[in-house]
Amino acid sequence: MKKILFVLLFCAYFSNDLSAQQSSKEALEIIKKVDKNMFSETQIITSEMIVYGKRKSRTIRSKGYSKGQQNNLTEYLSPEREKGTKMLKLDNRLWIYSPATDRTIQLSGHLLRQSVMGSDLSYEDMMEERKLSDLYNTKIVREEIYQGRPSWIMELTAFVDDLAYDKRILWVDKNRFVPLKENLYAKSGILLKTTLFMNIKQIDGRWYPTRLNYKDVLKDGKGTDFVILDIKFNPAISDEYFSKSILRK
Amino acid sequence: MKLALKLAFKNLWGAGTRTVLNVLVLSFSFVIIILLNSIMDGWDQQAQKDSIVWEFGEGHLLHKQYDPLDSFTILDGHGPIPKNQLGITPILVYQATIYPQGRMKGIVLKGIDSNQTILELPIEKVKTSEAKFPVIIGKRLAESAKLNKGDEVQIRWRDKNGTYDANTLTIVDVFDSNVPNIDNGQIWMDIKTLWKMTDLNQEASFFVADKNYKAEALPLWRFKSQEALLKQLKDLINQKKTGQAIIYLLLMAIALLAVFDTQILSIFRRQKEIGTYIALGMTRSRVVRLFTIEGSMYSILALIVGSIYGIPFFMYLAQVGFAVPPADQKMGIAIAEVIFPIYGIKLVLSTILLVVISATIVSYLPARKIAKLNPVLALKGKQQ
Repeated sequence: MKKILFVLLFCAYFSNDLSAQQSSKEALEIIKKVDKNMFSETQIITSEMIVYGKRKSRTIRSKGYSKGQQNNLTEYLSPEREKGTKMLKLDNRLWIYSPATDRTIQLSGHLLRQSVMGSDLSYEDMMEERKLSDLYNTKIVREEIYQGRPSWIMELTAFVDDLAYDKRILWVDKNRFVPLKENLYAKSGILLKTTLFMNIKQIDGRWYPTRLNYKDVLKDGKGTDFVILDIKFNPAISDEYFSKSILRK
Repeated sequence: MKLALKLAFKNLWGAGTRTVLNVLVLSFSFVIIILLNSIMDGWDQQAQKDSIVWEFGEGHLLHKQYDPLDSFTILDGHGPIPKNQLGITPILVYQATIYPQGRMKGIVLKGIDSNQTILELPIEKVKTSEAKFPVIIGKRLAESAKLNKGDEVQIRWRDKNGTYDANTLTIVDVFDSNVPNIDNGQIWMDIKTLWKMTDLNQEASFFVADKNYKAEALPLWRFKSQEALLKQLKDLINQKKTGQAIIYLLLMAIALLAVFDTQILSIFRRQKEIGTYIALGMTRSRVVRLFTIEGSMYSILALIVGSIYGIPFFMYLAQVGFAVPPADQKMGIAIAEVIFPIYGIKLVLSTILLVVISATIVSYLPARKIAKLNPVLALKGKQQ
């Protein structure tokens, strides 16, 4: 009798472990598909950032060029005050060029944690473009219908030390492999930021959100909207866009 | 000399209102000079004392990469506590963000041993609190962030790897210090709590030294003596003193101009008298001395009159102090709500000398003309 009980318990444990492994493998596959959907080798994006203030909101239009996960150039197109300002990210370094002063400054240390033009996004948030599958252990927590779409709710736990967010909860569209919502957590488990992915459209054969809302939940306010006006995946971009000399051009 | 003094006094007495006005203006300058300088000396002494007991101790042992005036150095400006060092209290400095009433505010976290006695910070109050993250803040941060004793506030920070963490701080005390450097935008907690929060165990950004500390060369650290730390404050006060000197020198110039004017008028109108003095056998230099003494008598009278109303006023001010306007207290320098003036013997004597010597000089300058007067023409009362 004892032997049978032991075998049954062993089988139950083993099958649980196996299903957990399968779930984890499935979750990783899902995240890889999400990464594949959201990332491309090169990208050119024309977008608007809408920063909601207490009394009025500001809209900042920009054009961004990115290559791989490390190189990014953003040029602000409007309003007039910000026009011509450029932000260049090369690996872990970030430079900002201001045409008003004709000076380039490199941001480092705590300055990278400052808000970008009063938005809910920090420079670091904007710099972080690494693939989720390279950074987080993933598991499917449950499935639910979110915003009318069947979705997986996935928990991502960092296995890399130097990440800004230790844990993420991601709502992923089951059919389109695109994130619908993301919660970012502190090490203590306190929710820090929420991102909503909206207006999902099919562009060049992939589903992509064209309106995002970033919200620092510890802060009052409506957060910051990021509206994609135009996006090109894998266009040819010259290397000169990712050198410091482009800042003054 | 006795005759000269007697004559001078009689002449001044005879001048009536003119003498009263000159003496009053000069005495006013005398009182203002002592008042302004004594307030500055009082501020200087109070600011130095407060800075030592709240911030500097006997000096700071700073991490070589940490500069208290440069927030960019906070991230890397810390290191392991050196071994076998006596008489130093470690302080770890770390950046964080608090969210009072849903607003985002960058602050500096400072961890110090809750058993320390070197600084007057009431950090021991965190020991008796049952809160997970008990902290103390100064009145300035409490005012700007609208926080009170007993309030809780969300805090977000990054550990040494850069990963965000967040929790709730409990304010167990709001302290009142005249030193804004330890208050503005700063939150104090037990260093052990900060070590746990940041994973920077047994690390410090700087140390406060006490009398037992003996400075020695350490590879990662540099010592800044109390004198060096106070230099900035002293320079600032000296700069303020120079600015104030312009005010009282202007006042002094007006008073001396009145004396100078009176002397010129006297010599112009009293030519017959001058001629008589010379005719009666006085040498020209004696007449010049007489008029000079007459002028400098204004300063002696001004000192007497100034003392009559100045001494009670100074004594009263020494009791109640000089209230500093709230706007001045937010300047970012160590300044108390009330400054008690200090009347040093050096200050009083130097002011007396300044008033007497300058009054004598401006009395002598017009009197020099007497030496060139023709006594016959002077006796006839003819203008020269």
